[in-house]
Amino acid sequence: MLCRAALTCGVIVALPALVAAADGQGPTPSIFAPVSTPAFAIREIAFFVLGITGAIFIVVAGVTLYTMVRYRRRADDSGSEPPQVYGSMRIELAWTVVPFLIVVVLFLVTARYIWGIERYPQPPGAVEVTIVGNQWWWEIRYPKLGIVTANELHVPVSDPARPTPTFITLESADVIHSFWVPQLAGKMDVIPNKTNRVWVDPTTPGTYVGQCAEYCGLQHALMLLIVVVHPREEFDRWVAAQQAVARDDPAASRGRELFASLACISCHTVRGTTANGVFGPDLTHLMSRWTIGAGAARNTPENLRAWVDDPSALKSGALMPAMKLSRRDLDTLTAYLVTLR
Amino acid sequence: MSASSVSSAVGGTGGGAALAPPRTQWKGRIGILGLIVAEISLFAVFVVAYLFYIGKSVNGPYPAEVLELPVVGTVCLLSSSLSVALGAGALKRGHVGLSGIWLLATVALGATFLAGTAKEWYRLIYSHGLTIGTNLFGTTFYPLVGLHASHVIIGLFMLGLCSVLAWAGALRSVHGERVEIVSWYWHFVDAVWVVVFTVVYVIGR
Amino acid sequence: MSVLTPTMTSPEAAGARRALLERLHDWVVTVDHKRLGIMYVVAGFGFLVIAGAEATMMRVQLAWPGLHVVSPETFNRLFTMHGTTMVFLFGIPVVFGFGNYLVPLMIGARDLAFPRLNAFGFWAFLFGGLLLHFSVIGGDGLYGAGSAPAVGWFAYAPLTGRAFTPGNATDYWNLSILVTGIGTIATAVNLVTTTLTMRGPGMTLGRLPIFVWVMLTVSAMTLVILPPLSAAQIMLLLDRYLGAHFFDTQAGGSAVMWQHFFWFFGHPEVYVLMLPGFGFVSEIIPVFSRKVIFGYATIVAATVSIGAVSLSVWAHHMFAVGMGAPLNSFFALSTMLIAVPTGIKIFNWLATMYGGSLRFETPMLFCCAFLFQFLCAGLTGVMLGVAPFNWQLTDTYFVVAHFHFVLVGSLLFTIFAAIYYWFPKVTGRMLSERLGRWHFWLLVIGFNMTFITMHGQGVLGMPRRIYTYQADRGWEIWNLVTTLGVPLQIVAVLLFVVNVIVSLRSGQRAGDDPWDAWTLEWATTSPPPPYNFETVPVTTSRRPLWDLKHPDDPDGPHE
Repeated sequence: MLCRAALTCGVIVALPALVAAADGQGPTPSIFAPVSTPAFAIREIAFFVLGITGAIFIVVAGVTLYTMVRYRRRADDSGSEPPQVYGSMRIELAWTVVPFLIVVVLFLVTARYIWGIERYPQPPGAVEVTIVGNQWWWEIRYPKLGIVTANELHVPVSDPARPTPTFITLESADVIHSFWVPQLAGKMDVIPNKTNRVWVDPTTPGTYVGQCAEYCGLQHALMLLIVVVHPREEFDRWVAAQQAVARDDPAASRGRELFASLACISCHTVRGTTANGVFGPDLTHLMSRWTIGAGAARNTPENLRAWVDDPSALKSGALMPAMKLSRRDLDTLTAYLVTLR
Repeated sequence: MSASSVSSAVGGTGGGAALAPPRTQWKGRIGILGLIVAEISLFAVFVVAYLFYIGKSVNGPYPAEVLELPVVGTVCLLSSSLSVALGAGALKRGHVGLSGIWLLATVALGATFLAGTAKEWYRLIYSHGLTIGTNLFGTTFYPLVGLHASHVIIGLFMLGLCSVLAWAGALRSVHGERVEIVSWYWHFVDAVWVVVFTVVYVIGR
Repeated sequence: MSVLTPTMTSPEAAGARRALLERLHDWVVTVDHKRLGIMYVVAGFGFLVIAGAEATMMRVQLAWPGLHVVSPETFNRLFTMHGTTMVFLFGIPVVFGFGNYLVPLMIGARDLAFPRLNAFGFWAFLFGGLLLHFSVIGGDGLYGAGSAPAVGWFAYAPLTGRAFTPGNATDYWNLSILVTGIGTIATAVNLVTTTLTMRGPGMTLGRLPIFVWVMLTVSAMTLVILPPLSAAQIMLLLDRYLGAHFFDTQAGGSAVMWQHFFWFFGHPEVYVLMLPGFGFVSEIIPVFSRKVIFGYATIVAATVSIGAVSLSVWAHHMFAVGMGAPLNSFFALSTMLIAVPTGIKIFNWLATMYGGSLRFETPMLFCCAFLFQFLCAGLTGVMLGVAPFNWQLTDTYFVVAHFHFVLVGSLLFTIFAAIYYWFPKVTGRMLSERLGRWHFWLLVIGFNMTFITMHGQGVLGMPRRIYTYQADRGWEIWNLVTTLGVPLQIVAVLLFVVNVIVSLRSGQRAGDDPWDAWTLEWATTSPPPPYNFETVPVTTSRRPLWDLKHPDDPDGPHE
């Protein structure tokens, strides 16, 4: 009964955010609009603690307000000092013990959720992904499926009856980042020389956004994450498309040769060609992604051209150097890149 | 310093024995204890880093290969705690000359310890190629031992000053408390060495 | 005095200039705790204004998505400088400045135990602050904000390593905070020694004003927590300059170790900041309620236990680091536990007001707002202690809102309360009540407008330390309202400055004891003479002046 009261209080306190999330104003990654099991669990305990703290606030603020009003000095005050009350062991014991008990309850619930989320066992149908944080983009690998992509994570929707969550291993190539897609799970830091794990279990298909949540340098703000949750068949189709080697469009052969002859191949991989660099994102299926530069710009041919010409124009300080190509070479190269679907 | 005890004495008329007596002679002691607390905290972090990185060096040289127990230095340093205690005690009893001898002995013992450290570092760097950047062992060893050595140097400077003043006849028994405070610092430096020795030469090897 | 030029125009001008130079000289060479206290507070407020300007620029940049008010580089420097300045160059100096001024007066001493060490502490702080700000004009110059550090105020490794932050910006941060830290440790030693050895006649530990207990606690805490920061900074220095690998992940070092060391300092540090605020409130609320503080012994015990327990909560800043369930659980527990002594203080203050006769002059107004705002801050703190909830909230604007409720809504408000309360003692003049009310209301409205709203962005997924954000996230309105609260706060602080200047010249004369208060500092003149007390009063209870004013009903038998 108390739990339900607490939960209700919590919902009321969280109402403004819930309203904002339901706004329909684009992908607002509200922590109160979960679509994945760990995020649901967190929202549950969030309501619980919001309920408790909300109740405490109402009581204490209420007493404070009452005291200020009731005991303010009136004009007709005699001016003598009120009775001096030095303390009361009984009262002070009471208001120490009660908060302590609240803390005990809160801690026990918290511990249950900590262990529940952190020690969730990986079921056999789980998808395994390794994400490597870089300044300022995400490398996304599916080791068992032979897929390497960047900045967009594609996962299958999970059926609560037979869950197929995605377990993500987090590594960093440089500094500390943090993987955070609020509607899917709590954040987990991506730390060099340390391997962290996080899991998502989305039960509703759709596209969910997040971004790096640990300051990692100049373009920390432009290190976006897009997670696309597919129905199962759609996911399998996406996997098959990603597993294929790069399209070999004969019309873009000049561009492909140009790509192979420039420094591009020292940083980028295009499977099926000689390019197998590992410092930059895998470009095999570049055009299947929504943005360039981890959210710096929409992935259109114009933006792509601008990016290749000078990445810093779209994302100042980006670690990819400006290629300084001639206009013709730039057009040729871009014409090739847009075939990498 | 003494002015405040006068003012509180003046204000204290009418109180008598029931009131707390002025504790101003404790100022120096509490002060140095405060400093020692801070220094313990400082060393603790370097010790923690050392302990955490034990066994984590990716390449050699490794502690077991290159470290030798600094027995002579340790004996000297620990004995110097005894000599400084004797020196401070002698001064308090008014034996300035004797105190000068003990203080000088303390400086000599401390200097021997430092020389040993210097020799060890020379050997580590030039014979074994171990520098602060070689591996995690080097990274944690030099700062920890070096931080301690720097505190020894400061202590030797203070003790040297005391010795010189004693030999010049400028010290009196009334200065005994100040020399005692310096000796407390020195005891702290020795205690830190016990910890460093245990962590580096016993546990870490 | 080679500054004196030989070309004086008139004898009067010569006399005036010499007097001014002499006065400046007196301030520069002073070892008087009262002067140093004032210098700490004034310098601290100078840094407050600078850091406030930095915050304003950030809020303008974030008022709407996609703005280019400042470059990404500059923004990153702004939030680094803002945080570093506010904590180390405003909060700590002001709090220790008050301690400096008040502790000897409250215990009936003539000065601190080591006056010259006291002066050293101040100048070390000032030098460190100037060094940090020199970074703005060093290197690349003002445009682009020079070489100011851009690593965040907690400077996580390995971002601070040479590999990822070339140039000297990080070194400015490292060295200046190292220097200010040494000054703070020196002052802490001084305060502990003074409180333990220089109390006046009858001033037993059990009769110390709560503010003195608080300063004793935070000074002791400082001795334990500041050296770990210094140690970590020395390690960073060695990494950056001598090729060490303490935090060098590419060589097997641990980035998380920096976080442990930093937060072992960083968390108790915010209690070092906040506890004196509680101390102010514990002195002011009783006087303006006309009642003795309810539960002196429990408040003291709560203070000391907060100090102790605060040493065990640090990794609640690291719940998302991947420490594992056992450690996450431990730190969640310790964090929740510390809420108990912190919370019950609110009850003690409420019980003091209950049944009293409340006077709502400006100091009390600030205390009242503090009560509500600190309640908020504490409760959002409890929320953040629930580790799974923390996994969503950490590193977002929710946390930023929380700690601004602590440091602005609670600490800054209590600092203003303290200034309005003790300004008459320090200067001999009252601050204007009228300007004080304007200051108060503008600040309350502006502060809450900015920081209540800020919880919203956090919950809607907006991380910290981003110089801009996407237009379709639904964060615009929240950011706009947050920014709109800023001008109100600026005007409020400006009014305060005006109030100080005007009142210094023509404020109403205060007399020894304008508030009818009870602690020893009100037993001497306003301002006090250099030696503080002509005759040190004998302390007979926790409220020596109450005993003198009410000889028929002294406190002693009740304690």
